[in-house]
Amino acid sequence: MTASVQADWKVIAFRLKDEEYALPVQHVRSIEKMQPITRVPGTAHYVKGVINLRGVVTPIIDLRERFGFAPEPYGEQTRIIIAALEDMEVGLIVDAANDVLDLPTESIEPPPEAIGSVEASYIDGVAKVENRLLILLDLAKVLDR
Amino acid sequence: MDMSQYLDLFIDESKEHLQTINERLLELEKTPEDMSVVNDIFRSAHTLKGMSATMGFEDLANLTHQMENVLDGIRNRRLSVTPELLDVIFEAVDHLETMISSIAAGGDGTCDVRGTIELLKQIEQGEMPNKQAAREEPPLEHAYGEFEYHVLEQAMEQGFSVYEILVRLRDDCLLKAARVYMVFEQLNEVGEIVKATPPVEMLEEEQFDREFLVTVVSKAPADELQKRLMSISEIDDVKVSRLSSDGPPSESEKAAASQQPAAMEQAAAVQAEAEAPEKQTVKQATKTIRVNIERLDRLMNLFEELVVDRGRLEQISRELNHAELTETVERMSRISSDLQTIILNMRMVPVETVFNRFPRMVRQLARELGKKVRLDIIGADTELDRTVIDEIGDPLVHLIRNALDHGIEAPDVRAGRGKPEEGIIQLRAYHSGNHVFIEIEDDGAGISREKVLQKAKSRGIVSPQAAEHLNDQQIYELIFAPGFSTAEKVSDISGRGVGLDVVKSTIESLGGTVSVDSQPGKGSLFSIQLPLTLSIISVLLVQIVEETYAIPLSSIIETALVKKEEIFSAHNQPVIDFRGKIVPLVRLKDVFAVPGAADDGDVMAVVIVRKGEKLAALAVDSFIGQQEVVLKSLGNYLSSVFAISGATILGDGRVALIIDCNALVK
Repeated sequence: MTASVQADWKVIAFRLKDEEYALPVQHVRSIEKMQPITRVPGTAHYVKGVINLRGVVTPIIDLRERFGFAPEPYGEQTRIIIAALEDMEVGLIVDAANDVLDLPTESIEPPPEAIGSVEASYIDGVAKVENRLLILLDLAKVLDR
Repeated sequence: MDMSQYLDLFIDESKEHLQTINERLLELEKTPEDMSVVNDIFRSAHTLKGMSATMGFEDLANLTHQMENVLDGIRNRRLSVTPELLDVIFEAVDHLETMISSIAAGGDGTCDVRGTIELLKQIEQGEMPNKQAAREEPPLEHAYGEFEYHVLEQAMEQGFSVYEILVRLRDDCLLKAARVYMVFEQLNEVGEIVKATPPVEMLEEEQFDREFLVTVVSKAPADELQKRLMSISEIDDVKVSRLSSDGPPSESEKAAASQQPAAMEQAAAVQAEAEAPEKQTVKQATKTIRVNIERLDRLMNLFEELVVDRGRLEQISRELNHAELTETVERMSRISSDLQTIILNMRMVPVETVFNRFPRMVRQLARELGKKVRLDIIGADTELDRTVIDEIGDPLVHLIRNALDHGIEAPDVRAGRGKPEEGIIQLRAYHSGNHVFIEIEDDGAGISREKVLQKAKSRGIVSPQAAEHLNDQQIYELIFAPGFSTAEKVSDISGRGVGLDVVKSTIESLGGTVSVDSQPGKGSLFSIQLPLTLSIISVLLVQIVEETYAIPLSSIIETALVKKEEIFSAHNQPVIDFRGKIVPLVRLKDVFAVPGAADDGDVMAVVIVRKGEKLAALAVDSFIGQQEVVLKSLGNYLSSVFAISGATILGDGRVALIIDCNALVK
């Protein structure tokens, strides 16, 4: 999948381990603080359960575990990014989320063979902004079971 | 005066009355001798007549009027209830429904009902030639009960006069209830009203034609009463007659208002019988207003947020331990849980509102087709979201017509096949897990695999090659394909140009599915599965270690405490003895791999659940309590989780999972 050509990409940047990732804003509904999660038995290990998001029961995925990173205890910075794709709405647990960025199209490059620790298949591209490296996530692949 | 503001009310109430008439007519068919049923029908028809006349729908009023006459004949046992007579009445009711629908759709409610009126007249006269034409407007007369009689007698002894006043409103009087009120007020100024016919409640609800009769105890002379009442506008005529104690006043007495002492016992005895049933005629129809569903949705969502905050408040107040705060929060909690119940129930409608038109339909179709059919309805109280209710009617009509037309065989065919002549169509509704199921099962001929295949091939719905590989189930599903119709000849019943594909698409548009199963010679089963977009169920909340789960009350037989030594093992499966039955024990702790599971104590809490005839005992740590909850889906991402049918949000804002017992009972 390639990034569609747009003048600018508005993205939500978030931190996972020591790397920065980004999701296009049109996929992001909201960013929530950590809250009690109800475990759902018999689901994949990275599905932490469901939360009550203003009356809607929303499944929560721990992105660290989704990508096979070592789990870390949740802290003050931990956030849940509520992302939507077609008729699915899920929450993604990330280490921190605090940035909305405009990515100029020319800053986006196709994913290199091996980047960071995430399998290349989840990656839509990478972007260099000033001296930061942002990994653009392909939400469809992340949500693919 | 503009009547349009009353139109919605008129339509709603008319529909309610028609429904009552429909239901009661079916009852009447079964128990033709039950006069209370006839009375109910008569009352509804009468009210309908009054309302439609007021609203200016003449065809409607004329037809109900004629219907009323026939009903009256039945009531007075001058006519007997025969299927033919009911057919004509049903036809009349059909016309009434058409007219009401036309009015609801903005039409003028006119309809050519002369034929039906003529039929009704023939019935009325054919069976009973010397009918009294005056019956439709019976002279209003008062019948006094013993108590009332004593009151009047006492009043007369104390020098009061008792008047019977017949008030007739003008034909074009619009605010009849208001005039009634004014009459009553005028009379109350100079005396006391003892009795009114029709009763006051009916007068207030404008359930009378033009005339009403009141009995007044007063010291004022008759002409003053007359004058007072005539001063009220829109009153056509007032007849004041002074009542003496020796019997009902004669015509001349009425005019002269003369005075004669005697007893009224005779009148009371004769008339009490005739009027007694009228006393219970207070309308039973419910009062409704219509609210846009979107508003209810918003209300619901807002309320859910409120519930979350309520949970937080409760927690804070517990932590602070401040007496006044705790008290206030507790009060708020109580109020909001009442509110919750109301809001949750507002959108839900029992499926009965759809089902109750089917007995009529089946009866009529069966007669047209010359078949004997019984319709059994099970689970009519199953509640469904209003939006689903509104849409589900037509597909069900279609499927039931289908079952009658293609499913159930003619009586002689059935007899030849060794089946009872009367076919049975069963209509079932029930909740199961995340869904509501509506099933239509008939014990008819079933679906002919060969005919379906042949037709599908000839219509090009399936290629001959593909047809080779289809199993029975897939072949049956072909009948839902667009352009498919198995009827060999197009009949009036199901061959109406719409096929089962329309049924399928309607149900799918509601997010549901429809499937069919059939056994040749034994019958077919159409099963509709509908999602519970918003459904309330009663659950038992249970605790398993730290987690809370909800078990639908509908699956629970009972809860029990089981001692450790009462658990046996059979084929490596733990079982318990539940009232003499061996029931497998399912440890939810293990099924759901609950973390931190401790050892079972000496006593184990179990919930006995059922799936059909089979039972299972679900072991939990403790019971929390029973609660009504909103059933929510886990979302599209988690579409199928084993033994979990959905989730709900508890009072504290947390999510609890709802256990699908069907998956746990093997």
